Amino acid sequence: MYYLTKNLASKISLLPMIIISLTVFVGCIIYSFIYSLTGSKLIPALNYVGFQQYERLFKSRKWDVAVENIFIYGFVFTIGCLVIGFLLAVLIDQKIRGESLFRTIFLYPYAMSFVVTGLVWKWVLNPTFGLEHSMHLWGFDWFKLDWLVNRELAIYAVCIAAVWQGAGFVMVLMLAGLRGIDEDIWKSLSIEGIPKWRSYLFVILPMIRPMVVTSIVLIAAGVVKVYDLILALTSGGPGYATTTPAMYVMENFFSRANLGQAFAASIIMFISVVCILAPWAYYEFYFRNKEAK
Amino acid sequence: MNINSNNFQPNGPRPKHLTIGRIGMYCFVFMCALFFLMPLYVMIVTSLKDMDEIRSGNLLYIPKVLSFYAWPKAWSEACTGFVCEGLKPGLINSIKITVPSVIVSVSLGAINGYALAFWRFKGAYFFFGLCLFGAFIPYQVMVYPLLKIESAIGIYSSLPGIILVHTIFGMPILTLIFRNFYASLPIDLFKAARIDGGNFIKIFFYVIIPMSTPITIVAVILQVTGIWNDFLLGLVFAGRDNQPMTVQLNNIVQVDYGVAEYNVDMAATILTSLVPLFVYFISGRWFVRGIAAGAIKG
Repeated sequence: MYYLTKNLASKISLLPMIIISLTVFVGCIIYSFIYSLTGSKLIPALNYVGFQQYERLFKSRKWDVAVENIFIYGFVFTIGCLVIGFLLAVLIDQKIRGESLFRTIFLYPYAMSFVVTGLVWKWVLNPTFGLEHSMHLWGFDWFKLDWLVNRELAIYAVCIAAVWQGAGFVMVLMLAGLRGIDEDIWKSLSIEGIPKWRSYLFVILPMIRPMVVTSIVLIAAGVVKVYDLILALTSGGPGYATTTPAMYVMENFFSRANLGQAFAASIIMFISVVCILAPWAYYEFYFRNKEAK
Repeated sequence: MNINSNNFQPNGPRPKHLTIGRIGMYCFVFMCALFFLMPLYVMIVTSLKDMDEIRSGNLLYIPKVLSFYAWPKAWSEACTGFVCEGLKPGLINSIKITVPSVIVSVSLGAINGYALAFWRFKGAYFFFGLCLFGAFIPYQVMVYPLLKIESAIGIYSSLPGIILVHTIFGMPILTLIFRNFYASLPIDLFKAARIDGGNFIKIFFYVIIPMSTPITIVAVILQVTGIWNDFLLGLVFAGRDNQPMTVQLNNIVQVDYGVAEYNVDMAATILTSLVPLFVYFISGRWFVRGIAAGAIKG
């Protein structure tokens, strides 16, 4: 009894967290996993079919496209954000005039929602009235920007919008790293006569590795959950050329009434997120704490 | 991931001479700035043109004739499905969702962080670990089971329902940032308050809350922008009567019938992003700390 009443106020105040962690975070995964083994259609039913839903999932052409898209998107978006973010951070770090103005300009897209980002780029890339039209009016008749209606290129339009939105954030992280570099290192580099671009690439970049890792992890975590952006920009189209795992799950839940399939897909999503984030989380929260002690 | 605002000061003096290299660099920075500003510019000029000019003119030109037709229409007349009330109800709904969600989730995060930092008990950190783990689960995994839980307790597709969902999904990150902040406070302060006879509640209200201003600002910025910009949760949990602005915006723009009015679409898009942009422009560096703290969310 004593163990229960000791520190009682603290226990009571943490009760919501404990209940939510158990029922929502752990409970939902168990629930999803159990029902992913059933043939549930419109309503969840416990008619077990083993791993058939997963087999169907991996045979589904649409899921294939979704996975392929998430890899393309993940690769282009991550590289794009890192390269542009780092480049902008280096430029901002050159003691340029109006630094805070430029920083504001590069970061403001991050305040916009994915829906807004998607809709704006949908308009800019509109094949009839958008940028392509502007270029034609200027006499560049050869200019083609029909990505949104092109099956092969539509996913890259999504990448552009996403990089536009996210690059500023990476810039801020990298800039924080660059500003943490000791002045003496710069002095010794300039005494050695090493060109600036080489210093940045081969000396400074390895030094801000923690920031780079953090950026990569945060970007990667955002990749798997991309949903609103694509819904607003292409609605998964043309056809289902830009569909993603998140969209596949939502579609099977809410419009195709194919719950078992949706649960199976969501479990696969969850496993892939864990595979990406677990090593980093282990390092960040556990390994670092140990090091600090 | 500590981003201190003083890290943003450049080292040493500004170079005095303009070399070719620096001019080239300025050109490049300028081009990048143009690329980043272009969509915002296009949004604004498109919303001020009439449809004839949009069809015949250049996307990138400023309007020949200023037309304010689109703004009132986006605000109060544009159609979402069968209802033609514009974005106004969406704005009200977004406020109705955001304000209580922010208050509830930030308070809960502060209490959790306080209990974890100063009043540890056996097993508390195990549950904290579980809670942090929740931050990494994609929303898609939790949406349907959570919907079932909410309908079982009778709050699915209602205002309390969506507020609860935002509180749940905000909890891991808010608990984490509050705990880290409180853990960095000097422990002697807490011990002195204990010796003076403070208990759990008294210390929280008289010692901890007055010291929590900076972290509270970060948490509020993070939650306001996050909840305002949310689409998925609002779509699933808010119900027809409480759909937030982002969902209504998407409905207005993606109508399948009738003539697309791009100027109205763009005016609606700007209206929807006004609140987060406002938060961004007034909060400056606080915003950076807020988003950096919240970037691992869901």
